[in-house]
Amino acid sequence: MTEPEPNATAHVLRAHRWRAVEATPWLVAIVAFFLLPDYMTLGTQIVITVMFALSLDLILGFAGIITLGHAAYFGVGAYACGMLSAHLGWTEPISALLAASLVAALVGWLSGLVLMRYHGLTLLMLTLSVAILLQELANTYSGFTGGFDGLTGISFQPVFGVFEYDLWSHTHYWYALAWLAIVFVIARRIVYSPFGRSLVGIRENPLRMHAIGAPVFRRQVAVYTVSAGIAGLAGALFAQANTFVTMDVLGFARSGIIMIILILGGTGRLYGAFVGAIVFMALEDELARLTPEFWEFGVGLALVLVVLFARNGILGLFDRLLSRVTERSR
Amino acid sequence: MSTMALETVSVSKRFGALTVAQDIDFALAKGARHGLIGPNGAGKTTFINLLTGVLKPDHGTVRLDGEDVTRASPEARCRRGLARTFQINQLFPSLTALENVLLSLTERAGRAWHCLAPLGRHTDLVDEAMSLLANLGVADLAARPVQEIAYGQQRLVEIAIALASRPRVLLLDEPAAGVPGAESRLILDAIEALDPDIAVLVIEHDMDFVFRIARRISVLVAGAILVEGTPEEIARDAAVREVYLGESRDGR
Repeated sequence: MTEPEPNATAHVLRAHRWRAVEATPWLVAIVAFFLLPDYMTLGTQIVITVMFALSLDLILGFAGIITLGHAAYFGVGAYACGMLSAHLGWTEPISALLAASLVAALVGWLSGLVLMRYHGLTLLMLTLSVAILLQELANTYSGFTGGFDGLTGISFQPVFGVFEYDLWSHTHYWYALAWLAIVFVIARRIVYSPFGRSLVGIRENPLRMHAIGAPVFRRQVAVYTVSAGIAGLAGALFAQANTFVTMDVLGFARSGIIMIILILGGTGRLYGAFVGAIVFMALEDELARLTPEFWEFGVGLALVLVVLFARNGILGLFDRLLSRVTERSR
Repeated sequence: MSTMALETVSVSKRFGALTVAQDIDFALAKGARHGLIGPNGAGKTTFINLLTGVLKPDHGTVRLDGEDVTRASPEARCRRGLARTFQINQLFPSLTALENVLLSLTERAGRAWHCLAPLGRHTDLVDEAMSLLANLGVADLAARPVQEIAYGQQRLVEIAIALASRPRVLLLDEPAAGVPGAESRLILDAIEALDPDIAVLVIEHDMDFVFRIARRISVLVAGAILVEGTPEEIARDAAVREVYLGESRDGR
């Protein structure tokens, strides 16, 4: 038989190394701040949405776990963070955020212990049910959650006691961006680790994973918990940035839109969350201004185009174009 | 006599009114080269599923290295040294051949929970994966996604994944199924080159193939072991000729 190519192992040995192009989203985020300082309220929402989409990518894109109820954990994080401030007077932002994320992870773990026993449509319906259940809970205990009127009375101290919040969300923007950077580095490490690779194995062929000795269920519960924790962190940031939480944080629309955003950007590649969130939210913002009545039509049209012509999302399309160009130049 | 590598005692399984395994007593000695043959629908794959834990028997006991594993999950049995290949490839299609083998290696090495250092740092496992692929003659395909390589070579990756868990017992479910004649030689070579300490059970429909590997053969008919013996004994056995060779001769 022929000798292996000298670089046969290169793709595994070097997969995790940072590439220059990976600086792009962070440079965009910094440049955007200086070019569009008046858009930082939208910018903050985009950063939060990227984090939420990233949490979904870990389970959907990497582990192949489908869900229509991921807003459940975003909402738990948002309510937990809001209630810590409104009811308990816990106003130190960083610790409140981490506490809220832990609560969401706990809810993710508990629900994951049940959910991860199911697949396919059953799983889809059950994830939906968890989110609806939590929304009903928020409605029933309106004394704690504010119910339909929303949770008010949320306020937080300045970050590190120094950075005051301003009307233009400048502080919130940097604060959210810093959290996103931390979460992203953790998610990226997970994805390239043996654990992360085993999640891809589960996505590709769970039957074979069982046969090679992998505890598939426990591993799915583990990533589901991590993902819920990150979604909860995003929700908590949302509560801190808006100082107001309504029941739609748990809503089906939010679960659906975050999935649309991730598919739009591209699943299973981390950066799909960035591209999807920026494109979707910028499009939404622009179209809503141009045609306040028909903007959803424009968003829908963009989605149809992506599904028809870019099955692997915008980044997948980009990959295809890139490989065509490099082939031609050879 | 030392304990058997793998053993079943009166294992039975029914699906409703259909008996798919009936009082199967079967033993695989350490380092065995054993064949399991039988006509289509005899229950060969069901038997494999009972051995690996995909199915649980209604009655009877499965022992791995003398330990009762009747109720153990497939993954627990794998960790105790039982590996299998599948009749229809069960690979990780979009991953490369190297990554396919690495998934199995990280599980065996107990490192698949490591979640902060990249897989690429586990260079010892990468080297081991490459040498496994090299032993099976497919090292040159290491960097190719397995969905892009030829079926016969996919069959070899299928075996490499099973070997990566360093099994003491290896179950090969129709290893040459779907492989063109010329390429089945590669698979035969790979099986002949296996570590002699591994107990190997080859399930095959193709008699020629199994006769070249097995030193003992069991014939499974309608969920029960009809007869067991050396290849010569099986070839001479009148009952086997009737149910199996006859069927096979008419069938082709």
